[in-house]
Amino acid sequence: MTERAMTEQPSQPSQPSKLFAYAPAPESRAVVDIAPSYGLFVDGEFREAAAGKVFKTLAPASEEVLSEVAYGDADDVDAAVRAARGAFGAWSALPGAERAKYLFRIARIIQERSRELAVLETLDNGKPIRETRDADLPLVAAHFFYYAGWADKLAYAGCGPEPRPLGVAAQVIPWNFPLLMLAWKVAPALATGNTVVLKPAETTPLSALFFADICRQAGLPKGVVNIVTGDGATGAALVAHPDVNKVAFTGSTVVGKEIARTVAGTDKRLTLELGGKGANIVFEDAPLDQAVEGIVGGIFFNQGQVCCAGSRLLVQESVQEEVLDALKRRLSTLRVGDPLDKNTDVGAINSAEQLARITELAEAGEAEGAQRWSPPCELPGEGYWFAPTVFTGVSQAHRIAREEIFGPVLSVLTFRTPDEAVAKANNTPYGLSAGIWTEKGSRILKLADQLRAGVVWANTFNKFDPTSPFGGYKESGYGREGGRHGLEAYLEHA
Amino acid sequence: MSTPDARSSARLSVLKTYKLYVGGKFPRSESGRVYEVTDAKSGQWLANAPLASRKDARDAVVAARKAFGGWSGATAYNRGQILYRIAEMLEGRREQFAAEVAAAEGISKAKAQAQTDAAIDRWVWYAGWSDKVTQVVGGGNPVAGPFFNLSTPEPTGVVAVLAPQRSSLLGLVSVLAPVIVTGNTAVVATSRNAPLPALSLAEVLATSDLPGGVVNVLSGNTAELARPLAAHQDVNAIDLAGAEAELAAELEGAAAENLKRVLRPGDDDWAAEPGLGRLTAFLETKTVWHPIGA
Repeated sequence: MTERAMTEQPSQPSQPSKLFAYAPAPESRAVVDIAPSYGLFVDGEFREAAAGKVFKTLAPASEEVLSEVAYGDADDVDAAVRAARGAFGAWSALPGAERAKYLFRIARIIQERSRELAVLETLDNGKPIRETRDADLPLVAAHFFYYAGWADKLAYAGCGPEPRPLGVAAQVIPWNFPLLMLAWKVAPALATGNTVVLKPAETTPLSALFFADICRQAGLPKGVVNIVTGDGATGAALVAHPDVNKVAFTGSTVVGKEIARTVAGTDKRLTLELGGKGANIVFEDAPLDQAVEGIVGGIFFNQGQVCCAGSRLLVQESVQEEVLDALKRRLSTLRVGDPLDKNTDVGAINSAEQLARITELAEAGEAEGAQRWSPPCELPGEGYWFAPTVFTGVSQAHRIAREEIFGPVLSVLTFRTPDEAVAKANNTPYGLSAGIWTEKGSRILKLADQLRAGVVWANTFNKFDPTSPFGGYKESGYGREGGRHGLEAYLEHA
Repeated sequence: MSTPDARSSARLSVLKTYKLYVGGKFPRSESGRVYEVTDAKSGQWLANAPLASRKDARDAVVAARKAFGGWSGATAYNRGQILYRIAEMLEGRREQFAAEVAAAEGISKAKAQAQTDAAIDRWVWYAGWSDKVTQVVGGGNPVAGPFFNLSTPEPTGVVAVLAPQRSSLLGLVSVLAPVIVTGNTAVVATSRNAPLPALSLAEVLATSDLPGGVVNVLSGNTAELARPLAAHQDVNAIDLAGAEAELAAELEGAAAENLKRVLRPGDDDWAAEPGLGRLTAFLETKTVWHPIGA
């Protein structure tokens, strides 16, 4: 996905791109009609929040207010859970083949409306249109299509001959892939016969509300999917609700631990997909040009706001200079700016808060003695922006080597032997992703074995597919999303 | 004048000093503490078992972590052979275990024998899973692109196991075998009141080619051992089978600190065929991608 997204020919650094400047190529906003305000989607209809509170959602690239959205509190959460509980009996009793057809309908409508949703997502999130158009939306549709096919085949999923749904699923998702994370949560939940209350991220509520309209178009029975917009307090109320049977959360490790404590001592089932500090390991015999593309895609895809980002580059000492030179040359060709421009590689940071965190950690990197480098690039005057940044001379003790930055910041460390690479890669409480770049097959298999991470990309990076289970080791969370494994989180274990 | 018979009946039996099992060795508790273990029915004194301490628990975690690389790196075939060997060693001592289980649980000799036999058979059942579970829960994924994509189960790491309180041997084996067969290493807190079959099982483990540290056995107060294990930053998972509801909730909360995988207590029927639930609870799925191209 990312490689395709980043396959422009690198130009020579000595030839400034001014000579052949790109003309603006904006994707039209006319394809999406954003209402001035949105309510909560509960029991099949949009309604105002019980307390009448609202909040604004901004376009991070311009700080323009896109819409005003209802703020759900504990009463609204309760109404949504009651709606989901009310819908559960009939939905779970529906023959699997009928549930499947609803999901197929949803998948098709998403395909039909994919350009509209891509533009919407780019506006609300700040990520480049090329990514929403070529990565997020195709994966969203594919995910629904994949799980639709499971709905009438659950007896073959390895969870016993008559697997039963859990009940009401409380799902809390992040802002980095708003609609894709919705798909990862909602599709398997519905396929298995559960009903859903979903809380989208505070800064990216719009695509979930458009999804509510898609549910309406698909004729989904009311109450099967409920969307409650709000902030962390809304999410906390949802996961703490006593009539919820299942909690699924994607987000930070700090919040994940809080949710695990909330759920402790209850009968609620829990899956968590949390942070990461992925190591991208480049050996001297790697196909270096491909590796550089993979490094760039690994950390600058989606502005580095990716839990499985390859945020630590571990490069073998013998090729350090060569790799870094090529990397810097490549980064000089990245186009940072208007996310709606079809030629943009790096868009806006999602929020002022996230920008502040990235800025703070980058400053800590400098203060702790690492060397900071960014390509020359002009950042827009409005909105939230952070230039692609590379730190060299990073030690394992530095904060930028230990903490998840969740931004376009790469920390470069070196190693001499495969054992050292593995030890450094595993030296983190996280365990979500890792990358290996080498032409030696036996080395790939050995390292893939030794790396304590849920996803290992060898000679590639940041690939996703609905059939491929995704999730972490250690403090990157537990449970898997995608594939047959993704069903287990929503079925009673025999 | 005494007869030979009378002389032999006067022979004083040699009592066993029950000890902990940590890192392949049989230490006493570092605390020097013991507690009285009595016959569940008669109340008669059976032994002074070690009253393991928090420090013993931490030492056991260190031993389990040290053993993890080798045990998880052993071939599935090798692990299966060793689990089968455990069954063989246990079979040879089934009379002894039946007697210990009868005293520990206050049940008849016949029932205790049945429990012991079921425990032996359980080792055999799980031994066979070692080289099959990967195919059953893993496999290739047909991704929409030119990529080789394979999901494989891997052991979670160091697992703290709170053994069931009432089923001193069959319950223990039923929770321990699924943890270690896939390559995890274990720190077991035995049943508080019926620890002797577990401490004797350690002797079986020690003579079955199971590498030291793969299983560590601690007797003592469940809560006292469970709290440091649930909070330990180098423990990856915890099986709460032997915890009462209130303690289980507390431990699950503590386990959230480093996101341990938690298996909550249930109303398990240890005599029933186990299924895969306990085995998969302590597995991670790793998915590896590689491009396909000439």
